[in-house]
Amino acid sequence: MALLEINGLGKTYGEGDGATHAIGDVSFSLDEREFVCVVGPSGCGKTTLLKCMSGLLEPTRGDVLLRGERVEGPPEAMALVFQEYSRSLLPWMSVRGNVVMPLRHKKLEKAEAARLVEEAVDAVGLTEFIDRYPWQLSGGMQQRVAIARALAYQPEILLMDEPFASVDAQTRGDLEDLILEVRDRYDMTILFVTHDIDESVYLSDRIVVLSPSPTEVREILDVPLPAPRDQVETKELPEFAHLRAHVYRLIKRRREAAEST
Amino acid sequence: MRPRTRRIAELAVEIAVPAAIVAVLFAWTAGKPTFYFPPLSDVFDRFANTWVFERFGSDAWPSLRRMGLGYAIAVLIAIAAGTALGSSATLRRATAPVVEFLRSIPPPALIPFAIVVIGIGDDMKVFIIAFVCLWPVLLNTIDGINGIDPTLRDTARVYGISGRDRLMRITLPAASPQIFAGMRLSLSLALILMVISEMVASTNGIGFFVLQSQRSFAIPEMWSGILLLGILGYLFNLAFMIIERRVLAWHRGARASSLG
Repeated sequence: MALLEINGLGKTYGEGDGATHAIGDVSFSLDEREFVCVVGPSGCGKTTLLKCMSGLLEPTRGDVLLRGERVEGPPEAMALVFQEYSRSLLPWMSVRGNVVMPLRHKKLEKAEAARLVEEAVDAVGLTEFIDRYPWQLSGGMQQRVAIARALAYQPEILLMDEPFASVDAQTRGDLEDLILEVRDRYDMTILFVTHDIDESVYLSDRIVVLSPSPTEVREILDVPLPAPRDQVETKELPEFAHLRAHVYRLIKRRREAAEST
Repeated sequence: MRPRTRRIAELAVEIAVPAAIVAVLFAWTAGKPTFYFPPLSDVFDRFANTWVFERFGSDAWPSLRRMGLGYAIAVLIAIAAGTALGSSATLRRATAPVVEFLRSIPPPALIPFAIVVIGIGDDMKVFIIAFVCLWPVLLNTIDGINGIDPTLRDTARVYGISGRDRLMRITLPAASPQIFAGMRLSLSLALILMVISEMVASTNGIGFFVLQSQRSFAIPEMWSGILLLGILGYLFNLAFMIIERRVLAWHRGARASSLG
């Protein structure tokens, strides 16, 4: 059984003539310890899809199954990292306060919670900034705090919504490598939504390519690039270029088709 | 100029201007005293004799007590009600006309009503002060709670943060800059309404003292009461600012970093 299954998921906002069909029909699944990227043209309802998967939004059609159980609200086995780190962190709390916040209701021993927090902050390389406030840190570091918060929560599945879209290219590369490292360290399944084709090929074991809205799955392809990935060597491989071009064509062709109608 | 020198210079200007005004008033009233503008030295003299500390217990203290009580009751009710109204659009729509109507009533107009229903004691004054202070805090709390970033709400839901933790550590802190703005406005209103409520059917209080002094032609005493009210207003604002700076330090920091 797959860890997470998305069956015929659809989301329509509004009713009748004014209805917006954000997601048409999406089905795919996540296996344990998999890194899956969802990539699609801008405005193709990626965030809506993610919100439906995480239980924040109720789908209009279809369902999401976590180990065979229907997801009806945010499950404890999932954590979500938002694109807007500055709006999802709590500016009135230090890094430590932010990371420990979701653990407070988990009924852990104090020492155990502190250990989880310190480990997560260490995993993202922010140990020396643990008592700073988020607004005292750079954008990339703030996103690391958001990642640490998700890690300390110890989810089975980590959902990430274009997490690196608003940091500069250099930081982005660092964060991509960080998330691969952390995946191994924490033994997690990751679903990563992005509009960046290079990023999706570089990170994932599998890519789900989406069509423009109303969203459908265009193609699901395996990424047989060797691990560990490396920003220079991996991106030099002919397979990388090949996959990249393939995904690019899938997305571009769809866009042209949409524009010509 | 170096920052330190600059700060000293700024502080000097801040002290020098009020000092100069006092000096001019002092010289002017001393040179040509009239009945209504007695020499400033007399006013200071009465101030020292009246408020340090002969009438402090009999007039200043009751005033401060009423003001503090009214203000505290208003803030507590306003934050509680504002949190409820800010969280529910339905509740907000249902109560909006009533809130708009009640807050439009000029507060002193309620004094006759309050005297009839509650009497002329402390309760009436506390009620008037609380009633007036309620609205700015209430409306700001509603706005603050309602304006919380949807991403923050989603974050709380994803991580299963609910109940007390969510209220005390996410919802209220997120709305606190606006809540404080309302509280600041209400603080000035509390002082004003304290004086007004004491000028009607009262037997003690600073407002009562000022009016009583005027009626018995004790003009320097009257001035000393006005002086005390000015000083109190100034000190309240100062204390509020210090507390606000501490509590909202994160807000200033976050704003500065997002602008810079």
